[in-house]
Amino acid sequence: MSENHAEAHEGEHFHQSHIVSPMVYFVIFMALLAGTALTIGASYIDMGPWNPVVALAIAVTKATLVVLYFMHIKYSSKLMKLTVGAGVFTFLILVGMSLSDYISRAWGQW
Amino acid sequence: MSDSHAVAVAEHGSHEHPAHLRHHFVSLEQQDETASFGMWLFLLTEIMFFGGLFTAYLIYRNWYYPAFVAASHTLSIKLGAINTLVLITSSFTMAMGVWCAETKKQKGLVWSLIATLILGFAFLGIKTVEYKEKFEKHHVPGSSFSIQSFVHPVAEDGKEADKALPADTASRTEVYFSLYFAMTGMHAVHMIIGIGLLVMMLVQAMRGAYSHGNIAFVENFGLYWHFVDLVWIFLFPLLYLISRH
Repeated sequence: MSENHAEAHEGEHFHQSHIVSPMVYFVIFMALLAGTALTIGASYIDMGPWNPVVALAIAVTKATLVVLYFMHIKYSSKLMKLTVGAGVFTFLILVGMSLSDYISRAWGQW
Repeated sequence: MSDSHAVAVAEHGSHEHPAHLRHHFVSLEQQDETASFGMWLFLLTEIMFFGGLFTAYLIYRNWYYPAFVAASHTLSIKLGAINTLVLITSSFTMAMGVWCAETKKQKGLVWSLIATLILGFAFLGIKTVEYKEKFEKHHVPGSSFSIQSFVHPVAEDGKEADKALPADTASRTEVYFSLYFAMTGMHAVHMIIGIGLLVMMLVQAMRGAYSHGNIAFVENFGLYWHFVDLVWIFLFPLLYLISRH
């Protein structure tokens, strides 16, 4: 009876904590090492304005892996996912708006 | 026995000890989620903080591009890459520590924390070597800063000398080094705080403090440590790599 009681009250509200297995951690660890090798390799190729773009794309991919798996967001509740998503969104607004202001206001005048 | 207490006991069966469940939480799940929610809010403010530094770096890099390219060439990709390796590995050992805590493996947790601690010190040691070189070459912003190595570049270690910069361009390298020290310095401060917390946690772990399911501290420290790794994942390519080739 107490079990039913517990389920009825909490089953949907609170996320059951999920234990991520060492195998998952190891695979992500290897992926991060591969990403590091890739970004170092890419830095020696002259891609003109694309060098920073490629470097940032690899960094964002690595960061996403860390947040999702090492920091457990993939296994977290909707509340956590939404909070982190909202934070990243706000971050991009702040950085993006600042950069666009600098780019549009005095381009070539420094 | 309160109702919420009864619920928590029923939820966890015999393997959990809800002694550390605070009375204002309905269940351990709610308590744990509240703790990591708070930790994430803190980490998001940290992301905003470092984001300001990254934005400043991107803007100045666009303004003083030749100076930033020349200045970034003075960093050692080798040392930066080794440090990236060290930090990513320490994130992995910390993740393993969290897993050991979750599965109540006390020895595993202690060894994971020791490994993380050693790697943390290794990172700071290599950073010290890099900083020392900056002092020797007068690349530290301030009164001892000198543009000599950019105005009159010398070939060293079999490497070709970089092209000489005009004095006004060379003086902009000080902006690069200001941002370099601000960003890697703030990152290092976070590492030092993390190492302090790690030592504390290690002592607690050896006493068996995390063997009864009360592991919120370990999990939230794990989040913090991964965040420090996250910042470096962006610092390394932006400071060391993107102006190479």
